[in-house]
Amino acid sequence: MTEFLMPSLGADMEDGTLVEWRKKIGDTVKRGDIIAEVETQKGLIEIELFDEGVIEKLLIKEGEKVPVGTPMALINPDGAGVETKKVTASKKKEVELHPIEEKAEPQVMEKLTKDIRIKATPIAKKIAEDKGIDLSQITGSGEKGAITKDDVENAIVQKGEISKTEKGEKPVEKLVEVEPEKTGTQPSEAELYKKEKQPVEVKKERSVNPAEVIRSAVAAAMSKSNREIPHYYLEKRIDMSKALAWMKETNRERPIQKRLLPAALFIKAVASSLDEVPELNAIWENGLQLKNEINIGFVISLRTGGIIVPAILQADAKSVDEIMDALNDVIPRARALKLRSSELSDSTITITNIGEGSADKVFGVIYPPQVAIVGFGNITEQAFAENGMLGIRPVVDVTLAGDHRATDGITGSRFLASLNKYLQNPESL
Amino acid sequence: MNEEEIKNIIFQLLKKIAPDTEPSALQPDENIREVLNIDSFDSLQFIVSLNEKLGIEIPEEDYGKISTLKSLTSYLFKKLKS
Repeated sequence: MTEFLMPSLGADMEDGTLVEWRKKIGDTVKRGDIIAEVETQKGLIEIELFDEGVIEKLLIKEGEKVPVGTPMALINPDGAGVETKKVTASKKKEVELHPIEEKAEPQVMEKLTKDIRIKATPIAKKIAEDKGIDLSQITGSGEKGAITKDDVENAIVQKGEISKTEKGEKPVEKLVEVEPEKTGTQPSEAELYKKEKQPVEVKKERSVNPAEVIRSAVAAAMSKSNREIPHYYLEKRIDMSKALAWMKETNRERPIQKRLLPAALFIKAVASSLDEVPELNAIWENGLQLKNEINIGFVISLRTGGIIVPAILQADAKSVDEIMDALNDVIPRARALKLRSSELSDSTITITNIGEGSADKVFGVIYPPQVAIVGFGNITEQAFAENGMLGIRPVVDVTLAGDHRATDGITGSRFLASLNKYLQNPESL
Repeated sequence: MNEEEIKNIIFQLLKKIAPDTEPSALQPDENIREVLNIDSFDSLQFIVSLNEKLGIEIPEEDYGKISTLKSLTSYLFKKLKS
């Protein structure tokens, strides 16, 4: 039996609230299927499966908020129909037995861990429950580390949640748009689960202003990065005249819907350069771990403030056109805070592209546990000398911030040289 | 279609892209992208949506001619007439 766990969608994610099961008991599922929608600090995320099989049991109810790593469902891998003739018969019995046992287990376990690990005063527990604050995320300042009323209130302030009862300040805007849409379109199967007692809790979660929640998620990840990662910085001026001329030419032949932006070229050039310098396509977790897939996180700023970083998956295997298609697909969803779990959790490097008309250079802060971030500034016309000649060229300043625990400047420098090579030969991308 | 109707369509489409802004408050000579804080991706989406709504294909080399409300409106007006 495989346990399906609440996934971690980044170093800054601590828990998630199950909003909706997209699969039900008995459904046959395969890798890549969306099993659930989970509300996180980064919005409503569609959670994808990495296992095959038949859903045996859904362990948590819609509306429940659980920490990362909590079992959410049980999947029977033998049920997938792969050579399972005799298994199905004997498994049948297990199906009958398991649910009863397993039903109690996670809840008991959860309660046990909570009771053992978390010491909190009754009033602190009460406030935390009312405000939807997860006590396991608070460090207690009371006797023997017990969590006090003050600790919980501090956590509430940090979470950006305004205390309605005590302060009586302006009512917080609710993210209710999601709710009517959902109930309107979802089949009754899901409704059964949802309607009982849980919606109250979900409401509480949603009463937090999404912009503030994203702000605090960014704050958490960036503080961790600054605390733990010794950054080194490199910079290279790259002549963009060939790349832009190539793009202009190809765009002239395309319908508007298929036009390319420089960002697509940048992403592709980074992916190709990572093939040559794989040390930067990695994570740092108890040492350097190189990653096979090149999944490029692309920073998208939200109009309401804050950023979100969905991944362009397997960017090295995609053509420039496919990368542009991926951007057209992912940017609007990121802005609407509707991403899939793999898009948020699987990035192996990040690109920040400060874009047209803005700052000339951007020096990024690495998103842990990644080991590098590439920053593209504004493309501007600059005096550019080459082969003893001075000319005016469109130029982009590209920076690389690398984790000095993982790599040295020489590695970063090789990467930037390779990036330059690709951007001087755009047709090779 | 007169210029006023074109302007209304522009406002509608801009509002979709930048819902937190008030496009109708744009001054004729203000730079649309700067004032409404529209990045290159959204700018392309806007040009795509103009194409879908009005059937006008704006080539890349004309992007410089459509940066303000006034210039964009008259650009579209001329294209629609021809």
